[in-house]
Amino acid sequence: MLKKMSYSFPEDVLEHVFSFVTTHKDRNAISLVCKSWYEVERWCRRRVFVGNCYAVSPVMVTRRFPEVRSVELKGKPHFADFNLVPEGWGAYVYPWIEIMSTSYPWLEEIRLKRMVVSDESLELISKSFKNFKVLVLSSCEGFSTVGLAAIAANCRNLRELDLRESEVDDLSGHWLSHFPDTYSSLVSLNISCLGSEVSFSALERLVGRCPNLRTLRLNRAVPLDRLASLLRRAPQLVEFGTGAYSAELRLDVLSTLDGAFSSCKELKSLSGFWDMVPAYLPAIYSVCSGLTSLNLSYATIQSPDLIKLVGRCLNLQSLWVLDYIEDSGLEAIAASCKDLQELRVFPSDPFGVEPNVSLTDQGLVSVSEGCPRLHSVLYFCRQMSNAALVAVARNRPNMTRFRLCIIEPRTPDYLTLEPLDVGFGAIVEHCKELRRLSLSGLLTDRVFEYIGTYAKKLEMLSVAFAGNTDLGLHHVMSGCESLRKLEIRDCPFGDKAILANAAKLETMRSLWMSSCSVSFEACKLLGQKMPRLNVEVIDESGPPDSRPQDCPVEKLYIYRTVAGPRFDTPTFVWT
Amino acid sequence: MSTENGTCLPESDTGLNFEETKLTLGLPGESRGVVVKTGIKRGYLETVDLNLGRSVDLDGGDRKACDVNPENRVSGGAKPPATEAQVIGWPPVRGYRKNAMKSCRYVKVAVDGAPYLRKVDLEMYNSYQQLLASLEDMFSCFTIRNYLSERKIVDNVNGVEYVPTYEDKDGDWMLVGDVPWKMFVESCKRLRLMKSSEAIELAPRTPPNCSSTS
Repeated sequence: MLKKMSYSFPEDVLEHVFSFVTTHKDRNAISLVCKSWYEVERWCRRRVFVGNCYAVSPVMVTRRFPEVRSVELKGKPHFADFNLVPEGWGAYVYPWIEIMSTSYPWLEEIRLKRMVVSDESLELISKSFKNFKVLVLSSCEGFSTVGLAAIAANCRNLRELDLRESEVDDLSGHWLSHFPDTYSSLVSLNISCLGSEVSFSALERLVGRCPNLRTLRLNRAVPLDRLASLLRRAPQLVEFGTGAYSAELRLDVLSTLDGAFSSCKELKSLSGFWDMVPAYLPAIYSVCSGLTSLNLSYATIQSPDLIKLVGRCLNLQSLWVLDYIEDSGLEAIAASCKDLQELRVFPSDPFGVEPNVSLTDQGLVSVSEGCPRLHSVLYFCRQMSNAALVAVARNRPNMTRFRLCIIEPRTPDYLTLEPLDVGFGAIVEHCKELRRLSLSGLLTDRVFEYIGTYAKKLEMLSVAFAGNTDLGLHHVMSGCESLRKLEIRDCPFGDKAILANAAKLETMRSLWMSSCSVSFEACKLLGQKMPRLNVEVIDESGPPDSRPQDCPVEKLYIYRTVAGPRFDTPTFVWT
Repeated sequence: MSTENGTCLPESDTGLNFEETKLTLGLPGESRGVVVKTGIKRGYLETVDLNLGRSVDLDGGDRKACDVNPENRVSGGAKPPATEAQVIGWPPVRGYRKNAMKSCRYVKVAVDGAPYLRKVDLEMYNSYQQLLASLEDMFSCFTIRNYLSERKIVDNVNGVEYVPTYEDKDGDWMLVGDVPWKMFVESCKRLRLMKSSEAIELAPRTPPNCSSTS
């Protein structure tokens, strides 16, 4: 009796303790401690994250976790963002919504990324969950404004509607008017991806009657001269995204807009700014000192204007900008934005052959020197050197995400004409907390040797046009202990490394390989040997075994799963 | 808006058949290539019956299922897809970002005497020649004549000469062709094919470093 008491807490005590354990990783860990903890944990789990919608089935999830309030699902692999995954591949959310509509009547939050969401799915969501609060559709597609109208009309308790970067069949802007006049609980609205105009008066009324609105990201179609009246109705906004930030200069409009921005004392984040004209820059100066996040990645203003702007944003933590910022702008940032943590520099002319701006490796080195908290970088440029990468690595050992895209494939160190192996090697060696890395430029097997040796915390690696032999892939798969996602394109990696590291694939979420040298035979073999992996060969030019044995497969997507082979594979996917 | 003449599909002067745009990324000793798949490229071919002003994401950003008709060639003047789709999905810039950077160069094209306007996307062209060739297709009764190094457009039916003009950012009407192409794209707000007889009143040719750009 005493023994028993000392070993078991009452369930509600355990549940209470577990309620403080929130991350998915930790919840998964406690569920493995013992059977009774597994049971308690599964009944009190409120949030579920499924990183690959095909890794598990909706029935399995709902059976194990009966009381979930929040679901997050991810569908297509990351390279789908760059059109490498053909239309119709999969990642349909409807089967999930169908199951959850009966198993989770109290579901409050759905967050989806890279999934195909139909209008039927949205309609079903809007009718099935009485307390539905949060809908985030990130890089999704397959729905139209009809589905949005259903959400607006039926979700009485909706707090968040965020369509970030989704592809919406934008039939008209009338859907916004479907929010009932009594509806006032909106906290966050992001419609920046929509093309057509929403009814402006409906938007104004909506904004005006929702006192808790803190995030409003408009679409490009909202003209500049309408911004002031929206801001006046929502001075409590914390995050704001403009529409097209362009108009002929009129001093009265400028002054009104300036006044409206000034009245927003809580603003921390700005975005939008399509087609930005310098004339209206001063309107936002009053809020700059409070900004922690600034997305200028659609703003086509040049370096001097950019410098004027960011020079006022002394508390900036996150900056997204076009390469118009140039090295000079990055130097200015290095001098004034000492709190900067995340920097993304996008290419203004990615397909041009000649550089159109003076943005080089030097800009990156400057910010790495001047910004001690910088740990997340996405940088598109046209030239790089090992010396610069070594400098960045030494300056910023706290780097956690480093994605470099040298626009021309296989570009060597511009100073020495050597591969960039040493530079990236320095990154992985010095940046011991590195979780995400994207490589580019001329790279041999050596860089993979460095990565396998040093990048022990690396979780996601993206590789393109790199390496010489299977040894490269083998280094990565055998050395990177924390690797979860590996995506590779246009590299001379074949069968050997994958087959030799087959077991590793079960410890990872997924492996993507396209335009490499993997044979169909190897894929079949892998599929046979490893029943808990789905090995998908994506080939639009016909059945892979109709071609010679050594003809490589076009695209290969391998992922671990407990759900077995999927039932919705299209004709161009062979498993 | 529909094309005036559905059968009028001039050869592309850039040779858009797939064999030519097929690219091989060769590593030493490898002959494996990156083939531009018809299934993905179809966005471009699909512009067959369409107004040239329609936005086409050349490297497959458009995702609907396609019927590829290899006989159809899009008319000359458009940017060859090879420059945009050298390699699919590279550089890794997302479709919406590419489109956001692109779609602000639509300009209206008016022709004196014609009852309707057309729209062209200046980003689709690399040079004046391409633009004018495209206008020639659009208003299929015209041919371009190079007349004393000026570009004139002539109506085949009635022999009326047109001069391509444009309104720039400052609101001035300029003759097409004076400034470098990129400068023109930046500053052009709309195009007008003006009857030669009326164009005489236009300002004389301005020097190359004119103030029409900001």
